[in-house]
Amino acid sequence: METLKLQKRVPVSAMLDSKIVIPAIGSAFKKLDPRLMIKNPVMFVVEVVAALTTVIFIKNVITGGSDLGFAFQIILWLWFTVLFANFAEAVAEGRGKAQAESLKKTRTESQAKLLTGSDSGDKSYRMVSGTSLKVGDVVLVEAGDNIPSDGEVIEGVASVNEAAITGESAPVIRESGGDRSAVTGGTQVLSDWIRVRITAAQGSTFIDRMIKLVEGAERQKTPNEIALNILLVGLTIIFVFATVTIPSYAAYAGGSISVVVLVALFVTLIPTTIGALLSAIGIAGMDRLVRFNVLAMSGRAVEAAGDVDTLLLDKTGTITLGNRQATAFRPVRGVTEQELADAAQLASLADETPEGRSIVVLAKEKYGIRGRDMAELSATFVPFTAQTRMSGVDAGGSSVRKGAVDSILAYVNGGASFAVASGNTVRAMQPAAMSDTAREIQAISDEIAKGGGTPLAVARDGKLLGVIHLKDIVKGGIRERFAELRRMGIRTIMITGDNPMTAAAIAAEAGVDDFLAQATPEDKLQLIRDEQAKGKLVAMCGDGTNDAPALAQADVGVAMNTGTQAAREAGNMVDLDSNPTKLIEVVEIGKQLLMTRGALTTFSIANDVAKYFAIIPAIFLAFYPQLEALNVMKLASPQSAILSAIIFNAIIIIALIPLALKGVAYRPIGAGALLGRNLLIYGLGGIIVPFIGIKAIDLVVTALHLV
Amino acid sequence: MTMIGWIQIALYCAVVLALVKPLGGYMTSVFNGERTFLSPILRPVEAGLYWIGGVDEKREQHWLTYTVAMLLFHVVGFLGLYAIMRLQAVLPFNPAGQSAVAEDLSFNTAISFITNTNWQNYGGESTMSYLTQMLGLTVHNFLSAAAGIALAVALIRGFARSSMRTIGNFWVDITRCTLYVLLPICIVYTLFLVWQGMPQTLGAYVDATTLEGAKQTIAVGPVASQVAIKMLGTNGGGFFNANAAHPFENPTALSNFIQMISIFALGAAMTNVFGRMVGNPRQGWAILAVMGVLFIVGVAITYGAEASGTTGLNALGLTGGNMEGKELRFGIVASSLFAVITTAASCGAVNAMHDSFTAIGGMIPLINMQLGEIIVGGVGAGLYGMLLFVVLAIFVAGLMVGRTPEYVGKKIEAREVKMAMLAILVLPLMYLGWTAVAVVLPSAVASMANAGPHGFTEVLYAFTSATGNNGSAFGGLTGNTFFYNLTLASSMFVGRFFMIVPAMALAGSLAAKKSIPASAGTLPTTGGLFVGLVIGVILIIGGLTFFPALALGPIVEHLAMTASTLF
Repeated sequence: METLKLQKRVPVSAMLDSKIVIPAIGSAFKKLDPRLMIKNPVMFVVEVVAALTTVIFIKNVITGGSDLGFAFQIILWLWFTVLFANFAEAVAEGRGKAQAESLKKTRTESQAKLLTGSDSGDKSYRMVSGTSLKVGDVVLVEAGDNIPSDGEVIEGVASVNEAAITGESAPVIRESGGDRSAVTGGTQVLSDWIRVRITAAQGSTFIDRMIKLVEGAERQKTPNEIALNILLVGLTIIFVFATVTIPSYAAYAGGSISVVVLVALFVTLIPTTIGALLSAIGIAGMDRLVRFNVLAMSGRAVEAAGDVDTLLLDKTGTITLGNRQATAFRPVRGVTEQELADAAQLASLADETPEGRSIVVLAKEKYGIRGRDMAELSATFVPFTAQTRMSGVDAGGSSVRKGAVDSILAYVNGGASFAVASGNTVRAMQPAAMSDTAREIQAISDEIAKGGGTPLAVARDGKLLGVIHLKDIVKGGIRERFAELRRMGIRTIMITGDNPMTAAAIAAEAGVDDFLAQATPEDKLQLIRDEQAKGKLVAMCGDGTNDAPALAQADVGVAMNTGTQAAREAGNMVDLDSNPTKLIEVVEIGKQLLMTRGALTTFSIANDVAKYFAIIPAIFLAFYPQLEALNVMKLASPQSAILSAIIFNAIIIIALIPLALKGVAYRPIGAGALLGRNLLIYGLGGIIVPFIGIKAIDLVVTALHLV
Repeated sequence: MTMIGWIQIALYCAVVLALVKPLGGYMTSVFNGERTFLSPILRPVEAGLYWIGGVDEKREQHWLTYTVAMLLFHVVGFLGLYAIMRLQAVLPFNPAGQSAVAEDLSFNTAISFITNTNWQNYGGESTMSYLTQMLGLTVHNFLSAAAGIALAVALIRGFARSSMRTIGNFWVDITRCTLYVLLPICIVYTLFLVWQGMPQTLGAYVDATTLEGAKQTIAVGPVASQVAIKMLGTNGGGFFNANAAHPFENPTALSNFIQMISIFALGAAMTNVFGRMVGNPRQGWAILAVMGVLFIVGVAITYGAEASGTTGLNALGLTGGNMEGKELRFGIVASSLFAVITTAASCGAVNAMHDSFTAIGGMIPLINMQLGEIIVGGVGAGLYGMLLFVVLAIFVAGLMVGRTPEYVGKKIEAREVKMAMLAILVLPLMYLGWTAVAVVLPSAVASMANAGPHGFTEVLYAFTSATGNNGSAFGGLTGNTFFYNLTLASSMFVGRFFMIVPAMALAGSLAAKKSIPASAGTLPTTGGLFVGLVIGVILIIGGLTFFPALALGPIVEHLAMTASTLF
């Protein structure tokens, strides 16, 4: 599963294939429109000064100025800086667009069978165009039909191919009631029929939203991006002060500095690297989630994922395998294991639940009890009901029952209802009213429950035989994942309907930090509120309608795609694979997004040191020859130094596009170690790299006689 | 450089460090409104003051109310001080018969003292009456220091509190600071200075006949009481024109040492107040470590530069370092150390002429001020200035751990970044901007004592010192002109209040936030990594701003000096 998911991610080399790159070049030019540029203040400023120097240059060409070749090259690279920034954004968008294209294909014009009859038996309909459907309309979708729009199944069961949105070709079951009632427009019914009430108008369906999201059309700046932009604008203003005052200082010293050189200094100093890549990083972050088959409804949600302090995880399906399995038969005194196993197997023969089947399997594997034919035994199956809370078989005058311990005890006791139907009944019972065997059963059950198992009592003809030990199987590797999360500083809380004893045992086995037992939806909501009151950010996933309030309350609510429409509306992310364990990866992707921004900001600012050493001696050398001592890179000439710095400044944007798109690797090694590592790479690296880069470019510039 | 020199520096650091914890603990109690050992005596006075002022000490203020109260307080203070200077000729305690202070000079001086700058375009003994010195200048030495500390405490509360609308009461903070912290220390300190030989008298100037038979008027006055708060409150405005180089203002080696200690004492202790109030003293120590590293490096460079002298003189065999402009009583170490301390903190008292330092030796004081005086810094102002940089450092690098940046449990978001940026922006705007104007204005250039890069540095230093509310003068520049009086006053005003208002807005927005408990995923802000990170951000973001100006001033001067070219 894990490797399969990893393969879905596209390697970097493929990110920059020609299908994306060529249109991106075109849109890099289109994005020069100042109305678009202004959204990125740093690059807008670069565009303004590039335009300004271009005007001055044209004037100089007409009036015949000096050093035109040098000025021309500087201006050229100023424009390249802007174009490279636009290109980075266009590439990031391009990858989303490619995905959007494939989604759009599913949105083809379809016909819908609008039901005209009012009662549920009436299947009369008329064909209408899918686009004319309104919210609240009820349509019939039969095998082979496309579901015209998002909706809720109100009647029927059908297998649906949702490959269009999940990429998974295996069909899924959609049925009315319960937690699998949501259907998505554009998916196809393969068998049977369903009656669907439309819940989304055209243009706002799930696929429509997905397309908009992956295209980045409705991208808004996230809170962190806004804050970062403020920092970048602030730094830009500081460098405005630092550069506009230079001509005056130079005049005092008896020299002068041309506008184009001043602009070059200014542009190299302002944080163009991060300014150019900021929106690409954001788009790529959303995109990484999409590649992971998770849809974030906003960039804000992705950011919040990185900040999550507490993860609420449902026990079943996330921490444990979905089904409990029988692991042992525990007879009471006077009954052999074989006897108990035999009875248990008989009681479970017709039980198609995974638990029931696991009992049959255990009886066969451990005690060699072969399968028997119900018909041959002329046995009648007594199914499980919520009232009796037990199931079994009546065969040949004998009746075997298995079920919740308290129910079986009550059953054996002739239906005396001393057992209260609550999770904690074993304790609620009156010891005085129990027989020795009952007490023994209770002792065994307690022991099993303490160990995290679920006891299932077995009785034959009113006689208690023993207890079946059902056990939750904790998923392999999950313990290590939780340890990893702990190192990331994230607390995990297991949510379960089990009683506290069972929950504690599983919690210990899985290695979660805490658990919430006998959890009701209200408890879950309260837990989230409590955590949030402590200042923590909470993530959870859920699928049922009763999860909706908690999903809405959580800072990151991942709804399962198989879930109800209510759940999908309430969450701020949807997992198309409906794999709750993915919450962990979602958090990692969020962290990666923030880290990438931080790393490139640090790199960008650290770069300035080298640029100063390249440009400051160059511009003042004419009147203070002593400043040659600051030319530590030994750049060939003042002009080549300035040109090299501006070239470096532009091409570093291109060089960092892959990193911006791929993201900085996240390692769960704790914040301190992570910071140390990244500071070394992007901080110290950011100081050193431009020294080498500018020197190398200077050698090329000189060799090519560009100045 | 000598071993004795380094021992003196080490001893200095040791004493400052030893004072951090006791002073920090005491100040924390004071600002938490707790009982202290001085309460039996001071509490009735404090309660009386609130009764007179109609202040309800239990009632806390929103950041805006707090800031408005602070600003009103300064407006009244400014008007009062301006009036005293203009009217001093007709007011009592004027034995030397000083005439009214000129309009522009009064304006400059009033701004200078309410902003804790104490830039002096006047000579104390030749311009100010005793009344002006005592009731005007000394009072403002207390109040501007107390205001700075109060503001820092308000910002600390912002970090320490969770989901609260208020950040304390300005009137209570400034009263408690003055009564419980500044006054008691100053009383003891004044007596010590008098013991060391500093005058403390209301008597007239003394006429003496020198050995040559010439008549000389020796200025005296209530010196010790003013010097105590001038140092403790990092004000720096000298009673005499020569400031701490004057024998009456700094009589002995011991007085020099204690004066240096007192410049840093409260500022360093404020880091401890911060640590205690946010519930983790290590947070305070980490900030002090940032300051400490920058300080030691600065001292080493200045001391090194002064001890090695200039190439030209060395070539003539005149080795032994640069003694020009230094008091023989103090020598190279104590002068270098004093220069770095007084500019690292926002004090501005001087015991040597910075103008006469070597280019590099004089550059460090300049850089100290350009970084915003956050290396210990002015009382209170140093801490809030440093916290602004910490906010930026955390924001830039904090993202690299994969979380929205947090500092002591507070998320650093758009509003915090905006306020920190606004506060930091005004500094370069003032000193780079006014310098750019001054160096091309012929009348302003005429005020320079030296040509070339050195003259440039004189101007840059003046505006930097004013903007940073330091008040130390490089020397050389004739500042008492209409142009400099007004432009320096505007620098002082903007440098103080345009930084305070965003800092208070920051306090308000932080206090309103929830406090997030730290986890393994939280950026640790107490270790060496954090210290290194903050230093890096301070040097890069702070340093990049003024590197061009430095290149044209002290750096080129130094490079020329090594080739024996002087300006």
